[in-house]
Amino acid sequence: MGIADFTFYLFAITTVLAGFLVVVARNPVHSVLWLILAFLSAAGLFVLVGAEFVAMLLVIVYVGAVAVLFLFVVMMLDVDFAELKAEMAKYIPLAGLIGVIILLELSLALGTWTTAAGVELLASPQATPEGTHNTAALGAVIYDQYFLLFQLAGLILLVAMIGAIVLTLRHRQDIKRQNVLAQMYRDPAKAMELKDVKPGQGL
Amino acid sequence: MIGSDIAILLPEIILSIFAMLGLLAAVYTTKDGMAPLLVWLTAALLALMGLYIGMSGNGTQIAFDGMFISDGFARFAKVVILLSAATVLLIGKDYMQRDDLLRFEYPMLVVLATVGMMVMVSAGNLMTLYMGLELQSLALYVVAALRRDSVRSTEAGLKYFVLGALSSGILLYGASLTYGFAGTTDFAGIVHAAQGDVSLGLVFGLVFMISGLAFKVSAAPFHMWTPDVYEGSPTPVTAFFATAPKMAAMGLLARLAHDAFGNVVGDWQQVIALLAVLSMFVGAIAAIGQTDIKRLMAYSSISHMGFALMGLAAGDTQGVSAMLIYMAIYVTMNIGTFSFILSMERDGRHVTNISSLNALASREPGKALALLILMFSLAGVPPLVGFFGKYAVLVAAVSSGLSWLAIFGVIASVIGAFYYLRIVYYMYFGEEREGLDGKMGPLAYVGLMAAAAIMLLGVINMFGVDGLAQAAAETLVR
Repeated sequence: MGIADFTFYLFAITTVLAGFLVVVARNPVHSVLWLILAFLSAAGLFVLVGAEFVAMLLVIVYVGAVAVLFLFVVMMLDVDFAELKAEMAKYIPLAGLIGVIILLELSLALGTWTTAAGVELLASPQATPEGTHNTAALGAVIYDQYFLLFQLAGLILLVAMIGAIVLTLRHRQDIKRQNVLAQMYRDPAKAMELKDVKPGQGL
Repeated sequence: MIGSDIAILLPEIILSIFAMLGLLAAVYTTKDGMAPLLVWLTAALLALMGLYIGMSGNGTQIAFDGMFISDGFARFAKVVILLSAATVLLIGKDYMQRDDLLRFEYPMLVVLATVGMMVMVSAGNLMTLYMGLELQSLALYVVAALRRDSVRSTEAGLKYFVLGALSSGILLYGASLTYGFAGTTDFAGIVHAAQGDVSLGLVFGLVFMISGLAFKVSAAPFHMWTPDVYEGSPTPVTAFFATAPKMAAMGLLARLAHDAFGNVVGDWQQVIALLAVLSMFVGAIAAIGQTDIKRLMAYSSISHMGFALMGLAAGDTQGVSAMLIYMAIYVTMNIGTFSFILSMERDGRHVTNISSLNALASREPGKALALLILMFSLAGVPPLVGFFGKYAVLVAAVSSGLSWLAIFGVIASVIGAFYYLRIVYYMYFGEEREGLDGKMGPLAYVGLMAAAAIMLLGVINMFGVDGLAQAAAETLVR
């Protein structure tokens, strides 16, 4: 077993184990931390196949932004996870049964896996064509072959943004807002009045 | 190359740009004050695009290396989607305005959802399929929760979102299994790879994808979300859910079944047939106990999806054509019925209880008669147009050797007739108490009367829809 194989199994086992612990961890904060570990080891797997760009993206975007956001949400939302868990526990036997059945069926299918005739792609996966950089290869695919999908993804993100605004933004009438223009154009002479107060007398 | 691709996608591009410009225009001017104008503009543009697509183009055009297919089938589905979306926007306008729900984002989200649906029915690749589906679904989740101060509405939005995400996951899992088998996500490649005796893995992928899509058409046993979401969403949004997205998801299912798995009809036929039987019976039986008309319409839509799936289960040109006819009729009937439901109110409050329809006939004979026609048509009573839809799918099922399915369909249809007739009974023979007193907006009135008139006049020649559906189906099934 070479060093490449060893690292592959290390990362793969870590990913699966961390993914499992995300689900079973009692403390939601621990779940998020396990999730970060799963992301990091998945990034390691990407490096192994030669997709460095995606690996770095995973670390920066998922670990750096998404997972940290998760952490904030978990900590700031006062969700009683113990109560949710108790509610869930009622359904665990049934869910477990269905899960086991599906798992058995899938192992049946995956155990005798065949691909269609003439499909070579899966036998030797290659992240990028020979002699091309990750970013260049990705750019050529995203902005050319998958241009339509890229634009549609943009529309989906737009909908997500509109949705977040529609469902949460409230214009409160009862608070004072800063009016920048009014602040800049106010006349100090009018805004302030000097009073000469004689000693010993009130205003 | 890019120029001709863009020309094929022109309607979708125009609608997307319109949505962005509309948002910008409203944000920088009077915000929600512009909403009524935007609704009118949106409806006009959607209808215009529907006409443009209906008039333009013959034959099959392929854009972006087969990612996007514009053929007769896609055009038929798009015309139904666009026209119904435009109509639903208009009939719901008064309701939204009265309830202070008419925010400028609403018509724009409807436009973006419509773009998603247009991409769905034109998908030529598993990735395009998923992108269109997500664009549609995400916009629908948001409009479901539009009445954000109501627990019911937010619950509807959240429930739809969580279950929708689950179904998307199932769909994607199926797509990845299919990709693993065929080595491509292109429908043209999959149809080439999937022929003869297919491997177990591909069957798994196929079943997972059908399950994910069955959720979107609310076919039993993936229908659980439908009654709650229909009940909780604002009624105009419910009307939207019941029309255009159903056509889109059905079109997508047909495209996936025939374009990608056209050579292994036997493998999906049984799954679709099972979904059809379950949906017809669940819809027909569960609706009997309902007292809320929106929940009732939800079960009614489940049952109708069963009939449309029966057409698809036939697995040939006639089946697809019957499915298209059925969906076009179903959408029209639902627009009419929801036009009426939108106007149901008492003492200035919306009511959705069917007992409030008591003795409607003595107070408003015209509306009651229109609703009677629609209910009879939904039940499939001859000689109304609804009967011809059912007849078409039954004939398609019988002629492809699925007589048992057709027999189940007739039985379910008889059971289902009960609750439609019960509404008619309430209207004509119910006791006079706690009736409706609301006024109907002019747009909703036109919607109700026009739909009822179509159900009557369509008997003559179906407005040529059957011929168009036949031509559309022929472009899909090869």
